[in-house]
Amino acid sequence: MNKRVTNWIALGALWAAALTTVGVLGTLLLYVIINGIGALSLRFVFSAPEGVRMEGGIWPTIVATVYVTGLAMLIVTPIAVFAAVYLAEYARQGRLVGTIRFAADTLASVPSIVMGLFGLALFVEALGLGFSMISGALALSFLMLPIVMRTTEEAIRSVPKYIRWGSYGLGATKWQTVRKVVLPAASPRIITGIILATGRAVGETAVVIFTMGTMINTPMLPLDPGRSMTVHLYILAMEGINLPAAYGTALLLVAMILGFNLLARFIVRRNRRMMG
Amino acid sequence: MIESRLHGGAAHGSDEVEAADKLSVTDLDFYYGDFQALAGVTVGVKERATTAFIGPSGCGKSTFLRCFNRMNDLIPGTRLTGRITLDGEDIYAPGVDPVDLRRRVGMIFQQPNPFPMSIYDNVAYGPRLHGVKKKARLDDIVQQSLERANVWREVKDILGRGGLTLSGGQQQRLCIARVLAVRPDVLLMDEPCSAIDPTSVQKIEDLMAELESEITIVIVTHNMQQAARVSQFTAFFLQEETNEPAELVEYGRTAELFTSPEDKRTEDYITGRFG
Ligand SMILES: Nc1ncnc2c1ncn2[C@@H]1O[C@H](COP(=O)(O)OP(=O)(O)OP(=O)(O)O)[C@@H](O)[C@H]1O
Ligand SMILES: [Mg+2]
Repeated sequence: MNKRVTNWIALGALWAAALTTVGVLGTLLLYVIINGIGALSLRFVFSAPEGVRMEGGIWPTIVATVYVTGLAMLIVTPIAVFAAVYLAEYARQGRLVGTIRFAADTLASVPSIVMGLFGLALFVEALGLGFSMISGALALSFLMLPIVMRTTEEAIRSVPKYIRWGSYGLGATKWQTVRKVVLPAASPRIITGIILATGRAVGETAVVIFTMGTMINTPMLPLDPGRSMTVHLYILAMEGINLPAAYGTALLLVAMILGFNLLARFIVRRNRRMMG
Repeated sequence: MIESRLHGGAAHGSDEVEAADKLSVTDLDFYYGDFQALAGVTVGVKERATTAFIGPSGCGKSTFLRCFNRMNDLIPGTRLTGRITLDGEDIYAPGVDPVDLRRRVGMIFQQPNPFPMSIYDNVAYGPRLHGVKKKARLDDIVQQSLERANVWREVKDILGRGGLTLSGGQQQRLCIARVLAVRPDVLLMDEPCSAIDPTSVQKIEDLMAELESEITIVIVTHNMQQAARVSQFTAFFLQEETNEPAELVEYGRTAELFTSPEDKRTEDYITGRFG
């Protein structure tokens, strides 16, 4: 009897906790949708803001956001994958590797505003890259690096050892095995890591405000400045310029990030089916 | 006693000419860190014949098998003393590259382990590593190897499909094809049939019989009937005490070892009294 009551209470608590999570997400989404849906239109997506009230659309900020995160992804992926391969396959497991891992985890928890300040000092000023896509991408890549590196390392480690043995058994060298068997086998999880980190970068505000500036501009070259969607949203809302447009931007932003997460989920699912 | 079996096999009424030793092991000790897994193993593996390693679980059969293609080199902390020769040459001599050795000594594992790529690419993997690039040549090798591995008929129309989509038994034969594609002299098989369906087991035993005239096969198996069916020579290993190293108890012609074992422990094992 007593046991059954405890069981019941535990179940109820777990259920309530789970419901809270879903509830919070649901409420947030609903709130953003209700407030933002009115602003959404093709014109809102595809035209530039006009006038002091920033009527019109947000196209330049969408381009800047996609540009800077795309560039950051291109910078991060090779570095993170090479670092992870080194850590998982080549480095002698010991103090040094432990230290590198700890550094990566710490890097991941550095407040993004500090990362932004650092990006401002290093890329914008010291390296003279100015407020630009490239400064923003480099700073964002610091943010993404530990995420991609750690997920890639886990992905590599989770490739079963008997698959590696199959390759070694055929007279493959370590590098051949890593390149032709281990990385392809780990690639769905690596891609998932990259997508999640990119989603994180899309939503980043502090880093880009310090490194890309706030100028509304449709960037073409890496040295062009620009205003990201998040910064646009911040300015519109905080300065009370145009609240409906702020909510419209928020809705698009959330939709993009949700899209990223769903894509990651889809890749994991498809992979699970393929691997049996 | 063992010596007489090693060298006197032909005298026991067999009219075949005794083949030469392809692999020869002298005084082998093997260690995982501080733990000694094998002690004083001396045995020969006959060329173009099938040799079975039998013995209870944990007696070091897989460990011993992995010494022949230096797969144990990949496990940190392992160490070995003694001598193993392939065609008379010491495979642990300085200057021997294990990567080259493994091309000549292929291995099949208990768990089928196709790579996550197409059936075709699985088989072409080895030849590509070793520099075969021409499509026509690769096509030939892939078909031939799959035929020799007794799986061509089942996969010839789906070569582009993922290797992991096949059944376990087909996967195992795919792995055999993958190894045959690099034309090894020796084929090591570590319990190749313990995780697959009976039809595939039959097909693997058939292909072994066909390969026997061309290559040297060493198979580890827990299945006495299988050892009796597929092998001409059998070696029985036993670890008498836990934490003690295992030893080679008896080696000889399969027919003799199974009908009139010289060692009491061999008899106990093959009649199922322990293990
Ligand atoms: N990587 C390893 N590190 C340490 N000890 C190991 C390792 N692999 C095997 N051993 C030990 O070496 C001994 C022999 O193991 P091995 O796997 O060679 O036996 P086996 O005869 O193949 O057994 P089974 O029939 O169960 O496959 C066992 O005591 C095992 O615990
Ligand atoms: Mg074993």
